Amino acid sequence: MLPLAAVVAASGEGGWAGFWDAVSNPEAVAALKLSVVVAILAALVNAVFGTITAWVLVRDRFVGRSVLNSIIDLPFALPTIVAGLVLLALYSPRSPIGVHLAFTRWAVFMALLFVTLPFVVRTVQPVLLELDTEMEEASRSLGASEFTTFRRIILPNILPGILSGIALAFARAVGEIGSLVLISGNNPFHTEVASVYVLNQVHSGNRSAAAAVAVVLLAISFAILLLVGGIRRLATRHEYA
Amino acid sequence: MRRYGLRSIALLYLGIVLLGPLAMVFWKTFEHGFGPFWEAVTASETISAFKNTLLITAIAVPLNTVFGIVVAQAIVRRRFPGKGIVNAFIDLPLAVSPVVVGVSLFLLYGRGGWFYALFDPHGIQILFALPAMVIATMFVSLPFVAREVVPTLREIGDEQEQAAHTLGASGWQTFWRITLPSIRWAVIYGVVLTTARCLGEYGAVAVVSGYKKTATLQVQDYYENFNQTGAYAVSLMLAVVAVIVLVAMILLKPREAHA
Repeated sequence: MLPLAAVVAASGEGGWAGFWDAVSNPEAVAALKLSVVVAILAALVNAVFGTITAWVLVRDRFVGRSVLNSIIDLPFALPTIVAGLVLLALYSPRSPIGVHLAFTRWAVFMALLFVTLPFVVRTVQPVLLELDTEMEEASRSLGASEFTTFRRIILPNILPGILSGIALAFARAVGEIGSLVLISGNNPFHTEVASVYVLNQVHSGNRSAAAAVAVVLLAISFAILLLVGGIRRLATRHEYA
Repeated sequence: MRRYGLRSIALLYLGIVLLGPLAMVFWKTFEHGFGPFWEAVTASETISAFKNTLLITAIAVPLNTVFGIVVAQAIVRRRFPGKGIVNAFIDLPLAVSPVVVGVSLFLLYGRGGWFYALFDPHGIQILFALPAMVIATMFVSLPFVAREVVPTLREIGDEQEQAAHTLGASGWQTFWRITLPSIRWAVIYGVVLTTARCLGEYGAVAVVSGYKKTATLQVQDYYENFNQTGAYAVSLMLAVVAVIVLVAMILLKPREAHA
């Protein structure tokens, strides 16, 4: 805890005005904006594909399903810098698949998709496992279409899981550095994300700028933790009702 | 039909996002044959980077394991003021950006920081040396053991512990004979996750490392100095460790379910 208090203290050293100056620096604003926007996009895309993946893992039966299930955790196990290097090779001008995304915002997006992939899968999967198929069968036998069944029966049950998965994925994405430091090119105002900006400010000895943006990232993390706690409470209340 | 559609969407997506990159490491590492790979692996920078990583991991993992077990016991079995706060903050390292962790240590131990006067005048260098790297790694890998042990402790209940107690066992005996055996798979699982995180940490360590390099920092260093084979060789070794971790997770999970 103490280290985090020190960041807050250091960011307040120059007073409110100093903090505001550091945060409203155009380069810092651009970096924060990029981090937040791309993190939201990555979290949302993974919400869709994560839910589909969780569904397939729970309800579908096919050869290699258990292998697939364990591969989901790969982004947790693989060091992020390795992920970054590999994605760079995959999307660089000498790419074997002919996709040139390196040093663009698309590269940032792809890297964040990779590192946040497991979150939604892992929060939706346990809920789906416990979900009774009787409700769905009842709905179908009453003539509801597949889509209606999904929208009216399944989705309300797994929504808390999806939402906390999105929140966790966003928290991870907004502060991500290892996988981005190589692939993003760290071009100020274009592909420099907040965490890389903080690292650069530290390395160039700019304490207050680093502390100020770090505090903003810290505040985002706190907000997400509270949000996830709230979602969890809401989900359990739903169960008892 | 619908089922095959969903299955292929899921498989295609995972293939593009997950397996493509993994195959890429192997291909890139051995692009120029085995010789350059071996040369890069046995280079002195590579060896010293891995030594640093292993040393940090060897310090951080045992400490975090003990801490995790103690905190999990406290959260589940004891009542104390501020328990709710401890419970909420245990997950904080998972939500906070590693860079923020690094910066906070930098501010705490750096010139003008609260702890600067404590160590520096005595010639103890924390920042830009191994101690700060160990602290940074410990911070980011803190929650894993506690997170695994807490649900298991809740599930096993405390009847056996109370029985041991009434039969005259000391607290210590109860822990070694009753509690630890029943949570051991959770502890091991937590240790595996902690180890993986320690070996792969980049962001927090990058801020406080100075000239010392860990394996992950060496990847960046090699890459930025146009030593592609070196970067991929170190990456491959880290990736192999990651795959071992995944396999360990698969092997441990069903056992945990039986326990």
